[in-house]
Amino acid sequence: MSTTATKWVPVIGLEVHCQLDTHTKLFCGCAYRFGAPPNTLTCPRCTGQPGALPVLNREALTLAVRTALALGADVAPWSKFDRKNYFYCDLPKGYQISQYDRPFCSGGGITLPSGKRVRLTRIHLEEDAGKAVHDRGDTTLVDLNRSGVPLIESVTEADMTSSQEAHDYLTALKEILQYIGASHCDMEKGELRCDVNVSVHPEGEPWRAKVEVKNVNSFRFVQQAIDHEIARQIEAYESGDPSRYPVQETRLFDSAKGVTRTMRSKEDAHDYRYFAEPDLPPVHVDAAFIERQRSFLPELPAARRERYQKAFGLSPYDAGVIVSHRALADFFETSVRLSGKPKECANWITNEILRAFGEPDVGVASVDEMAMKPNDLAEMIALIEKGVLHNNAGRQLLRAMMKTGKRAKALVEELGLAQVQDAGAIEKWCRDALVGKDAIVADVKAGKTNAINALLGPVMKASGGKANPQVVRETLLRIIEKGA
Amino acid sequence: MSRYEELDATALRNAIQKGERSARQTILEAFERIDALDPALHVFLNTQRQAALARAGELDQRLAAGEKPGALFGVPVALKANMCLAGVETNCGSRILAGYRPPYTATFVQRLLDAGAIVVGMTNMDEFAMGSSSENSAFGPTRNPWDPSRSPGGSSSGSAVAVAAGMVPLALGSDTGGSVRQPAALCGIYGFKPTYGRVSRFGLIAFGSSLDQVSPFARSTRDVELAMSVISGLDENDATCFPEPALEPEATPDASSLAGLRVGVPKEYFPDVLARDVRDRCEAAIQRLRDLGAQIVETSLPHTQYAIPTYYVVATAEASSNLARYDGVRYGLRADGDGTLQGMFAATREKGFGPEVKRRILLGTYVLSAGYYDAWYGRALKVRALLRRDFEQAFEKVDVIVGPTSPTAAFRLGEKADDPVAMYLCDILTTPVSLAGIPGLSVPVGFVEDGGRKLPVGMQIVGPWKGDARVLRVARAYEMATEYAKAAPPMAALVPPKNPAATKTVSSGEGASRGART
Repeated sequence: MSTTATKWVPVIGLEVHCQLDTHTKLFCGCAYRFGAPPNTLTCPRCTGQPGALPVLNREALTLAVRTALALGADVAPWSKFDRKNYFYCDLPKGYQISQYDRPFCSGGGITLPSGKRVRLTRIHLEEDAGKAVHDRGDTTLVDLNRSGVPLIESVTEADMTSSQEAHDYLTALKEILQYIGASHCDMEKGELRCDVNVSVHPEGEPWRAKVEVKNVNSFRFVQQAIDHEIARQIEAYESGDPSRYPVQETRLFDSAKGVTRTMRSKEDAHDYRYFAEPDLPPVHVDAAFIERQRSFLPELPAARRERYQKAFGLSPYDAGVIVSHRALADFFETSVRLSGKPKECANWITNEILRAFGEPDVGVASVDEMAMKPNDLAEMIALIEKGVLHNNAGRQLLRAMMKTGKRAKALVEELGLAQVQDAGAIEKWCRDALVGKDAIVADVKAGKTNAINALLGPVMKASGGKANPQVVRETLLRIIEKGA
Repeated sequence: MSRYEELDATALRNAIQKGERSARQTILEAFERIDALDPALHVFLNTQRQAALARAGELDQRLAAGEKPGALFGVPVALKANMCLAGVETNCGSRILAGYRPPYTATFVQRLLDAGAIVVGMTNMDEFAMGSSSENSAFGPTRNPWDPSRSPGGSSSGSAVAVAAGMVPLALGSDTGGSVRQPAALCGIYGFKPTYGRVSRFGLIAFGSSLDQVSPFARSTRDVELAMSVISGLDENDATCFPEPALEPEATPDASSLAGLRVGVPKEYFPDVLARDVRDRCEAAIQRLRDLGAQIVETSLPHTQYAIPTYYVVATAEASSNLARYDGVRYGLRADGDGTLQGMFAATREKGFGPEVKRRILLGTYVLSAGYYDAWYGRALKVRALLRRDFEQAFEKVDVIVGPTSPTAAFRLGEKADDPVAMYLCDILTTPVSLAGIPGLSVPVGFVEDGGRKLPVGMQIVGPWKGDARVLRVARAYEMATEYAKAAPPMAALVPPKNPAATKTVSSGEGASRGART
């Protein structure tokens, strides 16, 4: 027996379905809304009525092409649709219209933060199936609202070697799709779905049997499924029992137990009998169309992250947090333009705004729901700068703005947040606070100026929180030094 | 005034427009004719008597109110039972769709309605348009009005007979491999398959999507043109429908002359299986074209012999996919089977489809299967391209191509029912045109005698891609020079004794046979 343990190399590829954020479905005029009552968003086309025909949604093609360009893929001058034939109760036509051998783009890829490049094989357009609901008694119910919703399926090369890389890839892909407005990628609504391909082999040896894991519907589950598969496969090979060696098969991820189990073996694989969809002519995309779509692409997340660090001096962490959500980054950028204070904007966003999301008394869950505008943040920063507000009042103001959407100045007035500028009033509060505090006065006079901090609280309290702590401090020192 | 069954759609519309007859009277006469003949011929799977009468009354009121009448104002039309009209049962001649009422209306049906046509009912057909005799209908065959022991051809059997027997002047069928041209030939009327893409397929229940084309039956070429002017033209609901506006007749200084026209006669269209008397009728018709000034040119379509196998691979492959939606989940028949989902699919399809449909689904599934695709479906696509090229090359030297529509006149019901291959050979002269996607019109060119019965013969006039108007012009000139299209079948024997009460609204209530010429 060898004393040196085998070094196992995992090989990981991902197939990711993303729902395109179009106004209507891929081949009909129905809108789609997650959570709508079953079978209310349907028509003769997406319910597969006899005689109904598909008509391609140009908006879906446009978003697909923008996705290809954002991912550096080559858009094919012509592509075609194919029928993927299989029977299931949620598939109304008995076939799915997809793209088989002529997808609309190929190539491209994503460079992960680690510098690792993950290449894309291809991306294709296809329609979603409906939903079969099996947990309502002994009957199966079918909801065809989702039937015909446009999806892009992106397939990577097997370039990843760890669950962390898979996670980083998905995070980056999601960011890019959100940035270009192609997809919301909300996994809880099924807008991003992932199948994982995993194999392991001893270093330096040929690749071994690949296992496809389906039904992995969160980034955390993707990591769990990959880690479990890698461990399971290594353990199986190391058992030395060939009957236990992994075989090419499709497995299902059980998120409750964190394990995968066999769904179907290679022998049971479907024969989808792909053939060119006769109801749809080939799609031709010319160079002018591609260039026009390219002109609509925004600055992508990686470029933005770098610019925020270089131009605004943000830390990599802050830049990462802000850029991860396009609406947040846009909010940040406008705030910076209006205030001229990038650091302050970043600090308020990362320390206060993000923290306040989801707090019940603020009642706002994300930047998309927030009524506060970038000029409100800029104005608040200016008010602090001018000494009208101190930081605590600023925090109070910020929450009020997030909650109500009212303008900064109006709220300062309404909530009485402006600092007291009246020196006489402050002096009176200070003198009141000093009464009977001879020990503190003695300490301060002896050079222990920090002793004065014990007096700040009472003075601030007396002012209703509106005194400027710095002014209070200076006033207290002045009174003590004068030996009053 | 001419009797209802003697008038073509154009004449009926003109008479209604001029106030010589009402739409309501016209519909009553149509139903009188249907009531008299349908028991013997089995043309309709359902009729829309009440709806048609109500609509006719409404049209009469609109005309009286000064509305400008549409191109088919008041004209009774019949639809093949694979065409969608919202709320009206359309079952494709199949048990699996029995009772199915589509929730929407086909584009071409809506265009008929917008032009003022009145739908009288849905006509019998071979199940899912698969067949050439009507014997594959789950609801029993339709009979040929020229000899009720014979088939009217298929699959658009009911629509063909509805027009031939004078029930309606105009009916729509669908032609995938000859399903309009062949029954038109066997029933002695016009049947026109336009260029693929000329008429929207939205609302036509699919058989072979790359071949299916909505196609009119009529008793005059002007009615074919009229129907085409209404139903053709761009439809955003069908991505394969091409962008040209509705078809207009070809302008010509003298409609009765074919001077300068080059007519190609391919030697492959006169094969050994062609009946002697059918050949004679077609040769006489070609001579007539020569008499009209046409130049007759022998031409060749060398890949014709591969059309039947190619067609039966392409059409069945598409059908195997198109018919997958009949699974019992959403509409039509559902059989529970063993209670599992797969069991329900299997039981529903086992019970719902007839033997020919099953045969074609199996064939189509096979030719698309992994490992067989290249040898069958992939190869068929290549041969299809060769067939298309045959025509392109031939049309470099000729303006139209002619040949028999069907190798025989009407055959007896039951004669070929047990021999699928013999039945498939009915399509030998129509499938090449379908595979090439080009226009073909079957024109009545006379009769043959068989068993003491006169049986019609049809000749197919084929045009180049989008050459629909040219095909119709040639047919028009031939029509002007001959009387064959005006002959009506001898149907008096089919009509049961009349109930005088039922005929009180009809001006001359005797005799059901169209015209006195027979």
